[in-house]
Amino acid sequence: MARDFKPKIVSANDLHIGDVVYMNSGGGWTRKLSEAAIAHSAEEGDTLMARAAPQQAKVVGPYLADVALDDDGRPFPTHFREKFRTRGPSTRPDLGKQSANPERREPLASSGGI
Amino acid sequence: MYRYDEFDHDYVRARVSEFRDQTQRRIDGALTEDEYKPLRLQNGLYLQLHAYMLRVAVPYGTLNSRQMRTLAMIAERWDEGYGHFTTRQNIQYNWTKLTDVGDILDALADVEMHAIQTSGNCIRNVTADHFAGAAADEIEDPRPTAELIRQWSTAHPEFGFLPRKFKVAVTGSPNDRAVTKAHDIGLRMLRDDAGEPGYEVIVGGGLGRTPMIGKVMRDFLPKDDLLPYLEAILRVYNLHGRRDNKYKARIKILVHETGIEEMRAQVEAEFERQMREEGGPLVAPDPEQVARITAYFAPPKFEALPDRSETLETATANDAALKAWVENNTAEHRAPGHAIVTVAIKGTSEAPGDATTAQMRALADLGERYSHDELRISHEQNVILPHVRKDDLPAIFSALRKAKLASANAGLITDIIACPGLDYCALATARSIPVAQDLSRRFAAPERARAIGNFTIKISGCINACGHHHVGHVGILGLEKSGIENYQITLGGDHTETMAVGERAGPGISAEEVGPAIERLVDAYLDARTDESERFIDTYRRLGADPFKQALYAA
Amino acid sequence: MPIITDTGFAPDDSPALVALDTLADEGEGVSLDLTLDADPEAVAPYFNRVDLIVIPFPGFGDGRGFSLARRLRALGYRGRLRAAGHVITDQYAFARFCGFDEVSISDEQAERQPEPLWLAAKEKAVPPFLKRKAVGWT
Repeated sequence: MARDFKPKIVSANDLHIGDVVYMNSGGGWTRKLSEAAIAHSAEEGDTLMARAAPQQAKVVGPYLADVALDDDGRPFPTHFREKFRTRGPSTRPDLGKQSANPERREPLASSGGI
Repeated sequence: MYRYDEFDHDYVRARVSEFRDQTQRRIDGALTEDEYKPLRLQNGLYLQLHAYMLRVAVPYGTLNSRQMRTLAMIAERWDEGYGHFTTRQNIQYNWTKLTDVGDILDALADVEMHAIQTSGNCIRNVTADHFAGAAADEIEDPRPTAELIRQWSTAHPEFGFLPRKFKVAVTGSPNDRAVTKAHDIGLRMLRDDAGEPGYEVIVGGGLGRTPMIGKVMRDFLPKDDLLPYLEAILRVYNLHGRRDNKYKARIKILVHETGIEEMRAQVEAEFERQMREEGGPLVAPDPEQVARITAYFAPPKFEALPDRSETLETATANDAALKAWVENNTAEHRAPGHAIVTVAIKGTSEAPGDATTAQMRALADLGERYSHDELRISHEQNVILPHVRKDDLPAIFSALRKAKLASANAGLITDIIACPGLDYCALATARSIPVAQDLSRRFAAPERARAIGNFTIKISGCINACGHHHVGHVGILGLEKSGIENYQITLGGDHTETMAVGERAGPGISAEEVGPAIERLVDAYLDARTDESERFIDTYRRLGADPFKQALYAA
Repeated sequence: MPIITDTGFAPDDSPALVALDTLADEGEGVSLDLTLDADPEAVAPYFNRVDLIVIPFPGFGDGRGFSLARRLRALGYRGRLRAAGHVITDQYAFARFCGFDEVSISDEQAERQPEPLWLAAKEKAVPPFLKRKAVGWT
């Protein structure tokens, strides 16, 4: 039933660098969870995944992850595994997205459509 | 140690080119991810939670200083300044980029290393006793056997797409330090009544969702028959192993479901077929090649020394810390006046098995200077200096202190084995490293750890059991309950020749509860033991699980 | 559905396939469609009637066909052996080594992995263990 549907985002890993990316509203990819496109129904989830499927040249292993929405309507992960994916290893605060320098890697090309 | 011949060199280089080509075809779209993934895995490249992870093979855990320095350089240049030593004697880098892997593999090839078959449904790194060639209790060095199996299994045309991964371990000592009974094939070297060398062949051991202790398939296999016999086992497994369910696809399930008698009959029939092939079995190794391999493992020229070292005696009389480290972290060497050093890679603020670039370089220097240029990685995620003179122990200890690698805790409660867990691994259900660190801090006081004695804690972040929790005296398995990390404790496991699978102690507990529970467990042991010489595992076997289960849940 | 050999792509020229359970009723020049659970020893009595055995590869990760091929060759089969289905160029050399003469793939796969890739595949490095023994294609 629609009202039981937990909102979802598409999460994947960048093909070249391997870090976590999210599908944005343009059907492209962003490293920022706040920019992730949100599916509010199963059909919307299917649509997002269908947009991800032909993008093997950019990402690996896209999947739908549950989120909840904060007061500003921005998504945050509900499961601890997804929380870790937004941060990095809990025992190394100097590594991963949580670090002072998460963009040590080349920034993704600006988000755009397929 | 083994040195590549031209065939090895050519192959490893060709393999790097091939991987670069496969990766380009993936990027270009000629290969789908489904097609590329098995190829990437067979070159050791995983995709984890935060990044790609490259698992580099350290064949039977043996490497020299030049190779260790290259491992350090790779961490520095292409990763985040550290590497992780694993329970299969390999090293993992957690932050590699796909586009750098070709260069990393070339750097490895420069020093006769690679990442071939460290993942995928193929025959993996053949592991062996980390004290091989050095231990006083050794019947025969298992590494020539391990090297022969490595050569046979590398890019084996028939066995590259097995139902599941396949792991082989070899021990040359009756004290099994290679965990042979928890491997798909375990080989124990021995001699028959006539003194001929051969193997006891154990099949179908494994940890994971359904832990099983391996069963003897052949009491005595003559040495020359090894490869055809392995070929027979693998062929039966390849044809009949389950492919319908990932959790039922290891050979242990096939052995369990078929029965060891029937399995043995099938393997022996296949072995016989090969022996009757015209010209002999295809895989029978060339005696010259065997001799060449064996020669590389001839022991180094050990200095003729008295067993007692005056230098060491004097030094330990004046330095309690050195004395403790020598007593706990050195093992008896076959050559008088020598010792085997275990360097515990287990700081309280690092993950078990993680070593920095600087630490790897320090270890390389020590190996080169003091250990006939040889080092080992153990399945306990420690580094071994196998051939040191007792006279040199004070200098080695001093250098280790500078590198923060001098913990005198080998085999003690803070010598914890832990997989990377949910901090890194995409397969994990919970974190393992923070649990290990909490326990390390609680039991950090050296006198307390020594008083507790031999006590193995092994932690896995999921049912796949890469932390070998089933065979720890205390095993900790990280799962999930109602959206929160939840830990199950097992008791009474044993990874040696008296292998035992730990028994589940009771319902899972939260991360915060693990430390206090283990403290109560340890206190219960200290109260109940007859004396210092009765280890935890011995007290557990004498009294049974009940007093310890009660202690764990007492709060 | 191209048939791939060391010389590249060719059309499928084989006659209709028969199953193992009807093989006893067939004459000469048969093309046999073998299943992966078949017992190679059950085929052996009919080797002289069979020109081609087709062994399926239902997925890229399913390597049973390699063992089945070796068993058939060890039993004395000298006709053609074809690996059919999900075989990629990177597996071609393994297939040849295990005794296959040819591979057949889908048109869709052939589009992504055209003939030049397959021609290059046969040059793939022979593993050092076998190269040292100077063992070539069976």
